Amino acid sequence: MNEQPKKFKWVGTRTIRPDGVDKVTGRAMYGADLTLPGMLQGKVVRSPHAHAKIKSIDTSKAEALDGVKAVITADDMPQADPTPVAAGEAMINLRDLSDNVIARHKVLYEGQTVAAVAATTSDIADRAVALIEVEYEVLPHVIDVLAAMKDDAPVLHDDMFTGGVKPKPEVASNVANRVEFTLGDIEAGFAAADVVIEQDFTTEPVHQGYIEPHAVVADANPDGKVDIWCSSQGHFMVRTFVAGLLKIDMSKIKVTAAEIGGGFGGKTTVYLEPLAVLLSSKSGRPVRMVMSREEVFRASGPTSGAAMTIKMGATKDGKIVACDATLYMQAGAWPGSPVGPAAMTAFAPYDVDNVKVVGFDVVSNRQKVVAYRAPGAPISEYGVECVVDELASELGIDPLELRAKNAAKEGTQAAYGVKFGAIGMVETVAAAQATEHYKTPLGPNQGRGVASGFWFNIGGESCAGIRINEDGSVSLTEGSPDIGGSRASMAMMAAETLGVDYYKVKPSVVDTDATGYHFVTGGSRVTFATGMAVVKATNAAIDELRARAAKIWDVDVEGVVWEDGHAKPASSNVGDFDPMSVADLAAMANKTGGPISGHADINAKGAGPAFGTHICDVEVDPDTGHVTVLRYTAVQDVGRAIHPSYVEGQLQGGAAQGIGWALNEEYIYDENGKLENAGFLDYRVPVASDLPMIDTILIEIPNPTHPFGVRGVGEVPIIPPLAAVANAVAAATGVRFHALPMSPPAIVAKMAEKG
Amino acid sequence: MAKHHITTTINGEEAEYLCEPQETLLDVLRDEVGLTGTKEGCSSGDCGACSVMLDGRLVCSCLVLGVEAQGKTVETIEGMADGEVLHPLQQKFLEEAALQCGYCTPGVLIAAKALLDINNDPTETEVRYWLAGNLCRCTGYDKIIRAVMDTAADMRGA
Repeated sequence: MNEQPKKFKWVGTRTIRPDGVDKVTGRAMYGADLTLPGMLQGKVVRSPHAHAKIKSIDTSKAEALDGVKAVITADDMPQADPTPVAAGEAMINLRDLSDNVIARHKVLYEGQTVAAVAATTSDIADRAVALIEVEYEVLPHVIDVLAAMKDDAPVLHDDMFTGGVKPKPEVASNVANRVEFTLGDIEAGFAAADVVIEQDFTTEPVHQGYIEPHAVVADANPDGKVDIWCSSQGHFMVRTFVAGLLKIDMSKIKVTAAEIGGGFGGKTTVYLEPLAVLLSSKSGRPVRMVMSREEVFRASGPTSGAAMTIKMGATKDGKIVACDATLYMQAGAWPGSPVGPAAMTAFAPYDVDNVKVVGFDVVSNRQKVVAYRAPGAPISEYGVECVVDELASELGIDPLELRAKNAAKEGTQAAYGVKFGAIGMVETVAAAQATEHYKTPLGPNQGRGVASGFWFNIGGESCAGIRINEDGSVSLTEGSPDIGGSRASMAMMAAETLGVDYYKVKPSVVDTDATGYHFVTGGSRVTFATGMAVVKATNAAIDELRARAAKIWDVDVEGVVWEDGHAKPASSNVGDFDPMSVADLAAMANKTGGPISGHADINAKGAGPAFGTHICDVEVDPDTGHVTVLRYTAVQDVGRAIHPSYVEGQLQGGAAQGIGWALNEEYIYDENGKLENAGFLDYRVPVASDLPMIDTILIEIPNPTHPFGVRGVGEVPIIPPLAAVANAVAAATGVRFHALPMSPPAIVAKMAEKG
Repeated sequence: MAKHHITTTINGEEAEYLCEPQETLLDVLRDEVGLTGTKEGCSSGDCGACSVMLDGRLVCSCLVLGVEAQGKTVETIEGMADGEVLHPLQQKFLEEAALQCGYCTPGVLIAAKALLDINNDPTETEVRYWLAGNLCRCTGYDKIIRAVMDTAADMRGA
């Protein structure tokens, strides 16, 4: 199936990204950077309570303030149907989404929107927000996932009955859903095990932490047309949600993707966009809305916190024979935690005959969780990879050797249903074992941990257009917001396929009127799926170029081949013609049939699953509990690295986020259910001085379904760090930690317990 | 509320603007002067996305009032390149892929230039601590640190 590896001219090189100069000179336009004539500033009134009924909202004083042009509440939003719509890798119903955008009868978390205003200046808008009077009846609240499952817990939704269980429960509860994946017979598996380890773990919710706050400019015309400019991971997603929530025809909505200042899954839904459209519609003027950092923390993201039990059994020669997991995951105020993918991925790095995973999706009075880089997988695989480490130490086997012995490979049946094709789990472990890092001796208070990770990756809808310009240069259009260099990869694949200079190809991420539907930039899908569309569109353009040469030479199109950017006669039998370049054919296009282009609108299938293995060295200060990450290596099967620098960057950035998750990041609530650390000072993401260099090793096991062998790379790297760091801390201290984050106070307390 | 008339120098050119007394230099640069290359990430001085030079000193423009720029010089990302010629740091960031989403990049570049202006041979630790006030959530900092050190090496060699 695989062709022999070809020598590529562009693929695998380190080109300069097409949007690079804009981004190092301040020219690039992000969500908050657009100003329209007459534009108003929109601001949001947020709930001060974790759980309360809205008794009344009085907007009269705000409306009377000079400079205020519109005030909206839920009464201005159409009633939404509970229709499921794709949101990132999860589904959400429009009624829940509508309530999250603006609360209708009840607020379910501190920070939920209850009203919004638009005024001529930010200052006036702030004053108007303060003048809106909301009367609440405060209700008992629940924050913690296990507390939310208790019989006497305050129930958030009196019409929610646990799904996935039979018979349907008779009473409403906070448990939205139960999922289960099974393979083989775990009882028989555990009976055959010589060693069984069972541990409980907890993780805290963590925020995606993109540096650009949510931002939008909306301009609603009196004729019903709506223009939206915003920072998102999918301008088609924004169109879908705004059309669904506000009941507007999609054809009337044009969404332009601003440059996006990070998302990591957190920008796969809408918060401000529908409000900005309503305010613009009501005021008749363009409206800009930008969240403050505090609002980002209180009202957007994060991913779930969780509680879980992981049990694994192995024979004494190190064969893992049974795996059992129970996962309880916070969804936030409405159903939709990533418990499904957490359950799917939990044991997927291993070839095990007997697996059972049960997961629960649990609502509580926190903001609705949204996708965060490999949603759910870092959580479940954290517990699993810690238990694998404990198994290794119990069995007296090197932890990488244990992983190598049990690694999933081609033909392995995963518990979630698929049988793996060509995958690189074995190779990532072998490469980690071979590193100089893994063999380097450690000093006192230092420890080394390893962990692996798996993510399935997705495909989905993407489109691409290739236009050969009159001078032979190439315009490439697609609609996947470029979050980390994807324009470069797209142009490289087009240049490679067409056989032209990469710098002659100009890629553009175009608006929703200018290309077909694209699923979001998420699921590690863009280089795979949009890349596949780009190659297909380029091949269509090549067919057209061959047809034009055939016409000029007056031969059959079968007699023309495309090689190195030129049309050539397929053999000497066709005739003796000089090769024609793209530029030659483009110059004659008007005489041979008009403009030359190629298009592809696809739903990409066959995303290649990806695996990674990380090595982490730490030093733990026994007095302060501070953990220093000394050295870090990330190994990953990337299929094919189109632009190796940006692939390495994904591994490094994912590792850094995972280290933050392991060591520092958490949401802290007071007894009233109010978030206490809604800022970068107290919600501490890793800074430059917290981290070492992050070494990367790219393994290339090509994905056979992609023309260049691409498999998604963005999500896997956030999965292994949680356990790699935890296992390293355990090695350094001799104490196992089963709760994240391992912040200095948590470490000091546990060390004191040990004595 | 009466606005203040401020005269200042931005990126080497005389500039003037009207601003409210409570407006930050960040707001003024973005909303009054139209230089949106300086980014807002937190408005509390924690993320460094709004870094600019004020009279040769590295500041978070969200922690400075617009009126404080009276009679001073302000340098922003828009003034870093010399016409079409990129500053060596800008060029190195492109060559070494030291940016992903690019949102923190203007602040990082301004801060890194401030470092190289006073220390053309920083250690990795010095670069890491100097840039500890510039949050980047995409890169894990690796390529940023390398690009700054490689630029310093080039500039020393030049």
